[in-house]
Amino acid sequence: MTDADTLLQLVPKAEGKQTMKDFKSDQEVRWCPGCGDYAVLAAVQGFMPELGLARENIVFVSGIGCSSRFPYYMNTYGMHSIHGRAPAIATGLATSRRDLSVWVVTGDGDALSIGGNHLIHALRRNVNLKILLFNNRIYGLTKGQYSPTSEVGKITKSTPMGSLDAPFNPVSLAIGAEASFVARTVDSDRKHLTEVLRQAADHPGTALVEIYQNCNIFNDGAFEVLKDKQRAQEAVIRLEHGQPVRFGTDGSKGVVRDPATGDLKVVAVTPDNEADILVHDAHTASPTTAFALSRLADPDTLHHTPIGVFRSVDRPVYDTLMADQLDTAVDQHGKGDLAALLAGGDTWTVVG
Amino acid sequence: MTSQVSSPAEQTDGTVVGEQRTAAGAKDVRRLDRVIIRFAGDSGDGMQLTGDRFTSETASFGNDLSTLPNFPAEIRAPAGTLPGVSSFQLHFADHDILTPGDAPNVLVAMNPAALKANIGDLPRGAEIIVNTDEFTKRAMAKVGYDTSPLEDGSLDGYQVHPVPLTTLTLEALKESGLPRRDAERSKNMFALGLLSWMYHRPTEGTEKFLRAKFAKKPDIAAANIAAFRAGWNFGETTEDFAVSYEVAPAATAFPPGTYRNISGNLALAYGLIAASRQADLPLFLGSYPITPASDILHELSKHKNFGVRTFQAEDEIAGIGAALGAAFGGSLAVTTTSGPGVALKSETIGLAVSLELPLLVVDIQRGGPSTGLPTKTEQADLLQAMYGRNGEAPVPVVAPRTPADCFDAALEAARIALVYRTPVFLLSDGYLANGSEPWRIPELEELPDLTVQFAQGPNHTTADGAEVFWPYKRDPHTLARPWAIPGTPGLEHRIGGIEKQDGTGNISYDPANHDFMVRTRQAKVDGIDVPDLDVDDPDGARTLVLGWGSTYGPITAAVRRIRKEGGRIAQAHLRHLNPFPRNLGEVLRGYDTVVVPEMNLGQLATLIRAKYLVDARSYNQVNGMPFKAEQLAAALKEAIDD
Repeated sequence: MTDADTLLQLVPKAEGKQTMKDFKSDQEVRWCPGCGDYAVLAAVQGFMPELGLARENIVFVSGIGCSSRFPYYMNTYGMHSIHGRAPAIATGLATSRRDLSVWVVTGDGDALSIGGNHLIHALRRNVNLKILLFNNRIYGLTKGQYSPTSEVGKITKSTPMGSLDAPFNPVSLAIGAEASFVARTVDSDRKHLTEVLRQAADHPGTALVEIYQNCNIFNDGAFEVLKDKQRAQEAVIRLEHGQPVRFGTDGSKGVVRDPATGDLKVVAVTPDNEADILVHDAHTASPTTAFALSRLADPDTLHHTPIGVFRSVDRPVYDTLMADQLDTAVDQHGKGDLAALLAGGDTWTVVG
Repeated sequence: MTSQVSSPAEQTDGTVVGEQRTAAGAKDVRRLDRVIIRFAGDSGDGMQLTGDRFTSETASFGNDLSTLPNFPAEIRAPAGTLPGVSSFQLHFADHDILTPGDAPNVLVAMNPAALKANIGDLPRGAEIIVNTDEFTKRAMAKVGYDTSPLEDGSLDGYQVHPVPLTTLTLEALKESGLPRRDAERSKNMFALGLLSWMYHRPTEGTEKFLRAKFAKKPDIAAANIAAFRAGWNFGETTEDFAVSYEVAPAATAFPPGTYRNISGNLALAYGLIAASRQADLPLFLGSYPITPASDILHELSKHKNFGVRTFQAEDEIAGIGAALGAAFGGSLAVTTTSGPGVALKSETIGLAVSLELPLLVVDIQRGGPSTGLPTKTEQADLLQAMYGRNGEAPVPVVAPRTPADCFDAALEAARIALVYRTPVFLLSDGYLANGSEPWRIPELEELPDLTVQFAQGPNHTTADGAEVFWPYKRDPHTLARPWAIPGTPGLEHRIGGIEKQDGTGNISYDPANHDFMVRTRQAKVDGIDVPDLDVDDPDGARTLVLGWGSTYGPITAAVRRIRKEGGRIAQAHLRHLNPFPRNLGEVLRGYDTVVVPEMNLGQLATLIRAKYLVDARSYNQVNGMPFKAEQLAAALKEAIDD
């Protein structure tokens, strides 16, 4: 049995058949009309019955920001915590309760600015968490400042002459932080989003899913180039494990390795180079090619943006390792005996 | 006072000290009722280990004891310098004692820096054992000795024993085959052997300890044991040491029972494990290394067979965050830190106040502000614990009074957290953490029952007759909310840091509801059941000394002195700082003068002045060291006489 199977079996299954309705809480959803968050919420609520896990063993933990209101709308256990700290809180919960399916909902400011440290450490530890990172490239809840994923030169209330700092590419960051599962998807593509969630849910360890999400109030159309059918042909690279990395009209473009640098580059596919097109291998141990794929996207125009699962590899899961150490300690020393512990080695007795 | 110990040093706790000579073979043996020894050397000389071993020997012999380790924050400060001096003071006696003692009777100085840094604390007549090998021109010049203090008469008022410790150690180990550098390292064991002879300490424990410590390096173990024995034999055979001393076990000072020596951090760690067992909840520690709290993380990490999970987080915030997550999942959750870490954890403590989940925040206070004095003690986080959060965020505060009391204080903090579903501060400090004393090992049946009941089903009926679960429907008696952990069917609920509606826990921005919730959270903490404050007032005094935390030892020693000299003073010591004991106001009003000694600038005094309108007087010391009983007694006397 693989680690994945073992981990999934630790979470009790639902007794009856579940529907999307089972996962809707009684709370009124309060995002702005037209917000991309609605689509993600619907996709997650729609996907959950497929997992078939006991609802009471599912927990959503979030930080602060628009997306972090998410747990209130899920009829599971949930915690809306404080800014940036959801991965840390979820780590404590997941490592102490392996019978839970723990999901983190966060945004680009929450995960990559104030909570950047917790995100990278959760990824490197490979705690059994599913992290949904809603990236709208803007601060929504604080009303429109630039975020750590905003393009350079972004004009906002806090940057009237344009932002100065280079953005993070969350996928590159996650791969650099030793993530075992990294994917990207788009709020409006329900089918793709659901497929990515499915793979994330199956992954033992930390799964990071970046979801491009439209903020129609403060950064409307940020991902339009990926959504407009015509323009998406040239902009979106759909990654599928085991398939050549091709895109464009009729797959006219592809990704090849540049023999001179070892880096990846986009070429027009010809009969001569067709055999050289990179075949996507999400399960390869080395993160090098996944990282190179993440760098194809132009941070300004989003041209050549890969979506799908960049990387999905098996690596020891922190929660499992921690539980194993507890078992080993019992094997080696027996179950803890408090009286013996308190007595220690050197004692003396006073007789009354 | 007729006190006399191994030297006629001025002593502090007012107990009667006698001396009597007996002839034992060739050498005199004198009986003392107590001794204060200080081992001092370079940070790399192993003085803490030496002190620990002497303490263990002393504990197993059955003396009462109290210790004060004192070391620089640097792991290896520049060799031979004054800032690099590390010391360990031990006070042991045939009766009950309260402090590590003000002034050592015996100083072991491993080098000129150690002599220079400590000589000022020694009373005239004290014994000084110096390692003469280290008194080279260069080493003496480094600390500003123009002439050798061993020869220039400046130590004439003391009994100096010049011992070439390094040479003797090397001589003893010349057959060992160890390189000179390694052999030299055993000189602390030579010194320990010598002192063990002088004070008739049992030696088996140390030899056993050395064999276990160096199990993988038998030649090093053998060298240390050889040096230890050589030191003992040196005392036995050398004429310079004409007298040895006996301090009888303190059997009559202790209630019957089985005892061991224990430091504050160890007692605290054991208290947490005991609380976990008594609550029947798994223990989860989320922590980030910080002096002087790290030893609790180290200790708990050793006890995974008790189901203890320890998580060394990426930072202080993640440490408490993970603990809070574990609390949500039904663990007994703890975070351990010191003052700077508390500052970083403040926002999460506020979240825990809002979520109303049990969480222990252990603060081993050290000198501040900022990085301050990492290895020195202070009590200056009281107001941070009380008020260091945004909004109205009351948190109960419990403070242990002695190293061994850290065990009971941990259980008490856990009780409050679990019963009232609240974060609780446990305020220890560097002095308690590293100091040690004998501890009567409790029987397990004596430990409090801390079992909790998780919510199992709906707790509310709505107007339409539906049975529902309300996460913020409170116990009318304790005002605690139900603890419904994930995995419980039908109780799915969401909690968060946004203000919640009373009962349902749903988000609410309603002004009246917020006002109600703020007052309710305060009322919950105010209503915590804490025992009344005991006052020790045998003589009907007009002056009360009120303390909290680790000042218990020095205050009690000072009070004994005053009473011994006929002074009248009452003493009370707070364990609960939030809420205060119900009778505190009444106690304070019963005295003309209230003196509050603190190792800060008057934080408890500020609190009681504000709450009870009592004109309390502060007596403060913020030098990184515990109060000396003698100085404290003088200050209290002044207050009585005013």
